[in-house]
Amino acid sequence: MTLPVAAFSEGSDFVTACYIVAFSLFIFGVRQGTHPTTARRGNLIAATGMAIAVAITLSLDVIGNGVLIVVGILTGTLVGAVASRRVQMTQMPQMVALYNGVGGGAAALISWAEFRHQLALGGEIPLDVLIPILFSMVVGSVSFWGSNIAFSKLQELISGRPIRFPAQHIFNGVLLAAILTGCIVLATDHDSSPSQALFIGVLIGAAVLGNLFVLPIGGADMPVVISLLNAFTGLSAAAAGFALDNVALIVAGTLVGSSGTILTIAMSRAMNRSIGNLMFSGFGALAAGGAVAAEERPVTSIGAQDAAIKLGYADSVVFVPGYGMAVAQAQHALKELANELERRGVRVSYAIHPVAGRMPGHMNVLLAEADVPYEQLREMDEINPEMPQTDVAVVIGANDVTNPAAKNDPGSPIAGMPIIEVNEAREVIVIKRSLSPGFAGIDNDLFYQPNTSMLFADAKQAAADIGSEVQEL
Amino acid sequence: MDLITEITIFVLAAFVGFEVISKVPTTLHTPLMSQTNAIHGIVMLGGLLVIGLADGTVDKVIGTIAIAFGTINIVGGFMVTDRMLGMFRRKPREPKGTGRATQPSAEQEEG
Repeated sequence: MTLPVAAFSEGSDFVTACYIVAFSLFIFGVRQGTHPTTARRGNLIAATGMAIAVAITLSLDVIGNGVLIVVGILTGTLVGAVASRRVQMTQMPQMVALYNGVGGGAAALISWAEFRHQLALGGEIPLDVLIPILFSMVVGSVSFWGSNIAFSKLQELISGRPIRFPAQHIFNGVLLAAILTGCIVLATDHDSSPSQALFIGVLIGAAVLGNLFVLPIGGADMPVVISLLNAFTGLSAAAAGFALDNVALIVAGTLVGSSGTILTIAMSRAMNRSIGNLMFSGFGALAAGGAVAAEERPVTSIGAQDAAIKLGYADSVVFVPGYGMAVAQAQHALKELANELERRGVRVSYAIHPVAGRMPGHMNVLLAEADVPYEQLREMDEINPEMPQTDVAVVIGANDVTNPAAKNDPGSPIAGMPIIEVNEAREVIVIKRSLSPGFAGIDNDLFYQPNTSMLFADAKQAAADIGSEVQEL
Repeated sequence: MDLITEITIFVLAAFVGFEVISKVPTTLHTPLMSQTNAIHGIVMLGGLLVIGLADGTVDKVIGTIAIAFGTINIVGGFMVTDRMLGMFRRKPREPKGTGRATQPSAEQEEG
């Protein structure tokens, strides 16, 4: 059976129906992501939806410049496939930032192309096309450049520390106002050939804003930045859908916008900071006030053998991993240690703080990579009530998320931030290279508790050493 | 499609998104983010549509880069999500290649 040619024109019922199938598969795919056993299939379902959407678009009668399309798709497939196979799990946050960036960049470029197309049509651009174009261009551009900065910070191409200059907020505010003014001028001129020079000016302004907006944010706040930029890119895709009258873009983009927004809110809650505070004050500002010179206080320092004895004879052990575990690539050594302990009948679980690592759920992925069964990965609210019954809590590469000052000291910069209450456990072992403070720049009272022992070592080495000591018990 | 219809779709999609995404547990937030990331690669369709109308060199270059960017987003995003989700397993220490269908181990009761 052959379909009539008209079926393959843009906006025909047949094409729209295919798009509806595609976005339904996206929603269904994400829905399957609620459980680890179905999530992988869900991802394949969403990918199938994408394949359908791309295939039906390629068969449309407006498609032209086939060679360029092939060049674009082949290049993109090659880069995407190679990068996703090579990337290490510890580098996942920057990978996601990079993919997010190219998505935003694509949205900005498409709006620009559509703007040029509309100009070529005769100069009059309807507002319901122009406004989404402007939105998609500005937000996509901010997202592209912001994500690239986030990527560079996480990949340590540039310093992860907040980079600031005097009157930064005022400058950003003026820049944002200039961008908005540019957009308003363009929109007012919509019926008489809006200026392309101004359009490009706004595009560049948004690029600068994207850079300046992420530069002052410290590496440890990146989970929030990445999810916020993810929401931005989603919304710019949705806006492109409004401009191009494409229902698949609207639904898919909005879905991503919701997802990014939810994750952003969840994370800022987990840090007990407002989104505005995260974006505009950065932790650097707090660190300046909170970095009291760490007074000399006594700590108990132990070696791998003592740690092995404490762990080997415990009934229950909770590991609290943080970014230090990722940096040291200690997840496999940690899992080996956990195996040794389980062989001795110790109950092992892992307490995951919502903002541990550099993106939400980062620790879970790393531990999953090391074959830790997901039932042992416990969320903060779930594990905290069990802490008083826990024999030993082992903090490995985490710091601020375990600082009891967040609960006990109303004057602390992190006061009110929910923490993993390791201080409630019977004993605490902190594996850390030195007493240096975490990124919040504040001392951790946990280290000086009488029931806390410090094991000064690289996380991976320490886990491996304790593991072999446990074997010999 | 008229504007009001599009806005209706937008609002409903936002509610569906909030409902569905709220149910994803923290454990899976990284793969979730990476998967939704891949989904916004759909903006690449826009690239396919605008490049058909491209005449001049500038338009062609913009369009081709947009398509390449969007494709990186889609292909990379879905592949890397698949890789991550492949790591989430129920039981530890299985012999390689048997999937998750092995018997529960009694390791925990030993000792």
